[in-house]
Amino acid sequence: MFANFLDIVITGLILGGIYALVAVGLNLQYGVGRVLNVAHGEFIMLGAFLTFSLFTQFNVNPLLALLIIGPGLFLIGYVVHQILFQYLRSTSITTDIFSGRSLLVSFGLLFVTQNIMLIVWGADLRQYTYLNNSISIFGTRYAMNRIVALIFAVGISVGFYLFINRSRLGKAIRAAAEDAEMANIVGVNIRQVLGICFGLGAMLAGMAGMLISLMFQLQASRGLEYTVIAIVVVVFGGLGSINGSLIGGFILGLVISFVNFLDPSLSLIAFYAIFMLLLIVRPSGILGRRAHAGR
Amino acid sequence: MQVVKKALQQPVSLILFIAAIIILAIAPQYAKRYTVISLITILMYVNLTMSWTIFSGPTNYISLASAGFFGVGVYLTAVFGRELPLYALAIMGGGISLGLAILIGLLTLRLKGVYFILFTFGVSALLRHSISWWEATITGTVGRFVRGPGNETVYYYLLGVTVLVFVTAYVVRNTKFGLALQGIGENEEAAAHIGINVTLYKIAGFGLSAIFMGATGAIMANRWTYIDPTIAFNPLISFLPVLMAIFGGTSRLAGPILGATIFTLLQEYLITSYPYYYMLLMGITLIVVILFLPEGLLGLMSRLVERLSRIKVIKEFIARFRSA
Repeated sequence: MFANFLDIVITGLILGGIYALVAVGLNLQYGVGRVLNVAHGEFIMLGAFLTFSLFTQFNVNPLLALLIIGPGLFLIGYVVHQILFQYLRSTSITTDIFSGRSLLVSFGLLFVTQNIMLIVWGADLRQYTYLNNSISIFGTRYAMNRIVALIFAVGISVGFYLFINRSRLGKAIRAAAEDAEMANIVGVNIRQVLGICFGLGAMLAGMAGMLISLMFQLQASRGLEYTVIAIVVVVFGGLGSINGSLIGGFILGLVISFVNFLDPSLSLIAFYAIFMLLLIVRPSGILGRRAHAGR
Repeated sequence: MQVVKKALQQPVSLILFIAAIIILAIAPQYAKRYTVISLITILMYVNLTMSWTIFSGPTNYISLASAGFFGVGVYLTAVFGRELPLYALAIMGGGISLGLAILIGLLTLRLKGVYFILFTFGVSALLRHSISWWEATITGTVGRFVRGPGNETVYYYLLGVTVLVFVTAYVVRNTKFGLALQGIGENEEAAAHIGINVTLYKIAGFGLSAIFMGATGAIMANRWTYIDPTIAFNPLISFLPVLMAIFGGTSRLAGPILGATIFTLLQEYLITSYPYYYMLLMGITLIVVILFLPEGLLGLMSRLVERLSRIKVIKEFIARFRSA
């Protein structure tokens, strides 16, 4: 009984950590920048595949690969935002129109990124083995890579929490999420902050991708699944609320882990059911303010 | 009646419309088999895009439930295809989609903007996963085989739906119904204040657009021999009509038709010529279209016409043409 419980909690925390990273990334892009980036999942897969190639081709330790993937994806995200979305923002009359058009552009981005990955890595399932020796916790054996993933997922989440809540740039980002125009007036360089937010979103996606590649099989066409998860968690935690996404990610991770334990085939249904119920009952999310719901 | 009068006042458009229908109706007698198959795909997307535009065009509520409505129709044929004739399936597909749309409409009254988009996307996905789960755990079989009538029958049924969608879209656009939807799109609160029953019009518009999607799905199911929830509720069916409508432009009725036709042809061309780079090219096209053609092909055309009419020679020509 206790072993089962521990297993559910550990799986839940791993899933939750990944959900949290993925959702915070999307929330930085949507909640702050108003870009509902459906290509988010592609960035996750890109991170995962880069880890795969770095490990299998160049023998780079996946955990060290984070140091390459993080900045690399940040740069990709930043450039994409400053070229595509900045132009789109300057040519859209209202925020609503910008939201709609940027959603469609990110679909284009999804097609492009996914296809590049298909060309480079093919359509087959890919997997590598790293740290799959097992260790024993309270009498149950766990694969080492899951425990490492757990530590990293929680570690990155906590680090990012501190960054958002304690640093100066984090403060600027929170201000921009609350009210971009006001933030601009009081001296936040909004163009720069929005670009950084998009870059950070891509970076977190890439890091989550590395964690996913530690445990799961990879496929170029799986990105959209993760995008959907990210969207659900973002709405659950509240649009624009970074802390909501962090907490919401872990809550949903634990719930899904429990449903998985009962009947794995129900987990996707549970996911969508929670999501839609939430939209009906409390569209502003657990930590979101009501004012956001109208937008 | 006023709608009929208005239609008669635009004889060129009316004649063009009737001519197009007649040409499409006799096309299968003369065209090659492959052409008919292409035309079926085009008609399917024209139907979906036009019905999507009926509601989402004027109101700006972007619905991603298309795959849900379409899939309900497809699944209906997959389950009852052997017992019922095609017209009954098409009507039932439309009816069930209508019911579903009313239910979604009632649930989403409070949701606006991106929340509405996400909810409608969720509906399609929830349906897909629920049916998969039901089949896997309760009935123990996933997927079904369909043996329906041939391509020509499918073609004529689709063409029938196209005519119905077109007439409906025209009527909606030129009556108070369309004006009300337009008002909701421009400013929902103001529309409510001047006495428009916002709830009623929103649900009615959403339901109306769902009917044709369900019917199209029930008919299109016969094009595939094997159907499972992933095929029936393919998320692309939600996204493509949106893209096609924006690609064509939603300011006039011709926009969605133009968008769906050109987009489908482009897609077929890219798939056959560059099978490995097709998605890449589609993605780039999409980005370019959204960035540089915000009002779609229609907007581009009217801009071109405007620019051309500024050139002196053409200006004089038009002036002479008018005075003659």
